[in-house]
Amino acid sequence: MTILFDGIAYGMLLFILAVGLSVTMGLMNFINLAHGAFAMVGGYLTVVLMQRFDVPFLVCLPLAFVGTALLGAVLERTLYRQMYRKPHLDQVLFSIGLAFMAVASVDYFVGSQQQIMQLPEWLKGRTELGTGTPWELGMGHYRLFIIAVCAALTVGLQYVLSATRFGSRLRASVDDPRVAAGLGINVNVVFAMTFAVGSGLAGLGGALGAEVLGLDPTFPLKFMVYFLIVVAVGGTSSITGPLLAALLLGVADVAGKYYVPKLGAFIVYSLMLAILMWRPQGLFVRQGGK
Amino acid sequence: MANLQRTLLKKSAVQWWEPVLWLLAFSAPWAFPHHALIINEIAIVALFAVSLDLVLGYSGIVSLGHASFLGFGAYTAALFAKWIHPDPLLGLVVGTAAACVLGALCSATILRGSDLTRLMVTLGMALILFELANKFDGLTGGSDGLQGVVMGPVLGRFEFDLMGQVAASYSLAVLLALFFLARRLVHSPFGATLMAVRDNRLRAMAIGIPVSARLAAVYTIAAGVAGAAGALMAQTTGFASLDVFALERSADVMLILVIGGVGWLYGGVVGAVVFKLMHDVISNITPQYWTFWMGLFLVILVMVGRERLFKPWTWMGRS
Amino acid sequence: MTAAAVVLQTHGLVKRFGGITATDHVNLSITQGARHALIGPNGAGKTTLINLITGVLPQSEGRITLEGADITDLAPHQRVSRGLVRTFQINQLFSGMTPMETLTMVVSQHRGLGSRWWQSLGQDKSVVERCGQLLEQFRLTDVMHQRTEQMPYGKRRLLEMAIALACEPRVLLLDEPVAGVPAGEREELLHTVSALPADVSVVLIEHDMDLVFEFADRITVLVNGAVLTEGTPSDISQDPQVKAVYLGHGEGAHA
Repeated sequence: MTILFDGIAYGMLLFILAVGLSVTMGLMNFINLAHGAFAMVGGYLTVVLMQRFDVPFLVCLPLAFVGTALLGAVLERTLYRQMYRKPHLDQVLFSIGLAFMAVASVDYFVGSQQQIMQLPEWLKGRTELGTGTPWELGMGHYRLFIIAVCAALTVGLQYVLSATRFGSRLRASVDDPRVAAGLGINVNVVFAMTFAVGSGLAGLGGALGAEVLGLDPTFPLKFMVYFLIVVAVGGTSSITGPLLAALLLGVADVAGKYYVPKLGAFIVYSLMLAILMWRPQGLFVRQGGK
Repeated sequence: MANLQRTLLKKSAVQWWEPVLWLLAFSAPWAFPHHALIINEIAIVALFAVSLDLVLGYSGIVSLGHASFLGFGAYTAALFAKWIHPDPLLGLVVGTAAACVLGALCSATILRGSDLTRLMVTLGMALILFELANKFDGLTGGSDGLQGVVMGPVLGRFEFDLMGQVAASYSLAVLLALFFLARRLVHSPFGATLMAVRDNRLRAMAIGIPVSARLAAVYTIAAGVAGAAGALMAQTTGFASLDVFALERSADVMLILVIGGVGWLYGGVVGAVVFKLMHDVISNITPQYWTFWMGLFLVILVMVGRERLFKPWTWMGRS
Repeated sequence: MTAAAVVLQTHGLVKRFGGITATDHVNLSITQGARHALIGPNGAGKTTLINLITGVLPQSEGRITLEGADITDLAPHQRVSRGLVRTFQINQLFSGMTPMETLTMVVSQHRGLGSRWWQSLGQDKSVVERCGQLLEQFRLTDVMHQRTEQMPYGKRRLLEMAIALACEPRVLLLDEPVAGVPAGEREELLHTVSALPADVSVVLIEHDMDLVFEFADRITVLVNGAVLTEGTPSDISQDPQVKAVYLGHGEGAHA
């Protein structure tokens, strides 16, 4: 049960990290391999704020979101926008290039050692429930916190998508940008905002995840694969798809590493391969979706 | 009409500068003995890049896992030399054949789905092989790598020497042979149908091209060529390690191809030379510099437009 | 009078997309050497029908026969090798290749040389000759060395047709061949369409009624995915149902 719990926490974290990528792919048809770099930026921002400026952890989280979102907005406007029409290979190369630059810069300025996140006291610790395998449930408080925050964000996202005007504009633009533009929707603004929010979420995820996943300059490359798996399996036409994919991935990874440690991530990769072979468009694509 | 035929055939004819280039290449390890090792590396990487060009440049398959075949060829050849027979050419054939088989099996995975799916599937394959090689460390040496691969003499006569001159010549010879094979392929009707599939899959189907069969065939062939590069790597260095499957390898080779020019066989060769030389020079300054400048280079390259940057003759407006 | 042989036939062809029936039990019969037009308002399902016949879309129900043989389960490229060829309403060309390369490639493929990897593309004389013929026939000789992406639209449309003809079709499906072609260049295209050999059976999807009445000896009218009626041009032009469907559109209806 603890494994399930940990897996869910991991999965929810992955979801928050990857949802921006999924929406960007679905909306702008852009393969952004630099997405992991935004997460890294959020993580490092938090660490720097906490260590140098003594900003409390809880305050850092929204700051990480805002800071990364701003960075995303700027980059979208200046660089990314010109890339939308380019072939996928070019987009891959471009975003790998950005990721490399980010990784190298961080390595140069901050150093390559793992960053230690000092959690506030009330988030440390564990609660034990139940007895006897497999029912015993050890809930790390921090993981509980992660689940809570991510769940809240997911609900919020779903609300925005389905109940607000921005949400319907976004959905229209994903469905068909040309028609949406013809309806008077300012697609550029939708793109910019979506990219910013997606990057912001990644940054938030990076901040949240630093304690659980580790934080060093290789973060973007190491975890990019996982984000891509979430998007490829979960599809880009909804947010429930990536959510389920992320949860599946999280649980599979934690369970795999616990029960068959020798194989490591083999289970996850094989699972992904099998799923993509069976359903090349992803597991959760609605009929006629991209 | 004779004109028409002449124009078509001109494309596949050997240009004047080609024999010169190859002659220079072959004499290099002997003219610059201290650089023989890096020449060997360049030849191997060039071969790897050419194999990727076959799938990426000529057939339009976006693959981030081409290193799967490099690694598979490397380990197979290394194990063959260690446990069965140390003859290099035999090992080369075995490594190539093994990679071909793997390619044929994997070709089923790249036929369906979008570019992203293909990216993930190819990447996943390389990662799976990485994990498998890690797991079966009794066989592969795991993270320490497969050591102590001692090769016999090439063609029974040329012992691998410490300076690496024999190795470099060996690799160059294999590169030359496979390069010209690839050349025949891309200028043939088969190659033309591949380019048709790349440019417009729908229309290719509509003119009777069996798309899946063609893609599977070229993927298998390219896998074999990559496997040959891997075998060369294992044989000339006497060593095979896990990082041969790593994402960096697949990404690097894509980079090399992009530098040299995708869709042009010499692109792989040119890219390999430029990349390796740049790598040597820049990474001696600071390790981080290399990654950063590589990244910056990529960004600028894509923004300016891949074709325009490296075909200076297109700057003048001619097609 | 001997009835001409039927070369292409659909039997109760149906295509559903979720709740929508795009093709509704269509029975189409094309005779040898026909000049058969397929007309109908926008959204009637004409292109969908073509996609079903060529195998690009799988059908929900029904069968298709070509020269008596059931081709329903054949892949698109297999249908082409049996002589069922189409053109596209929106040009589907190979942007990186020149007309000469394109046509040589298509002819090679069609003659079974497409899997030959050791020969050069221009090596087979008869292939090159055929390519030269096609280039002349379609007035593409002056642009034969230009990459397709740089050719003017009218020339591209000609190439679109040339590619189909290079496959030596027995049944040719033309999807709005003059769509978007400027008036001056239509002549070239129309002339080529009417000069097609008599043993090639042609199905033409078209909105331009002048062209339809000039070209066709038989017309099928498709509305909402189903066949409304079928007959000779004079039958159709006097049919009150057809007039009702096209109400408001006179001759020379625009797309």
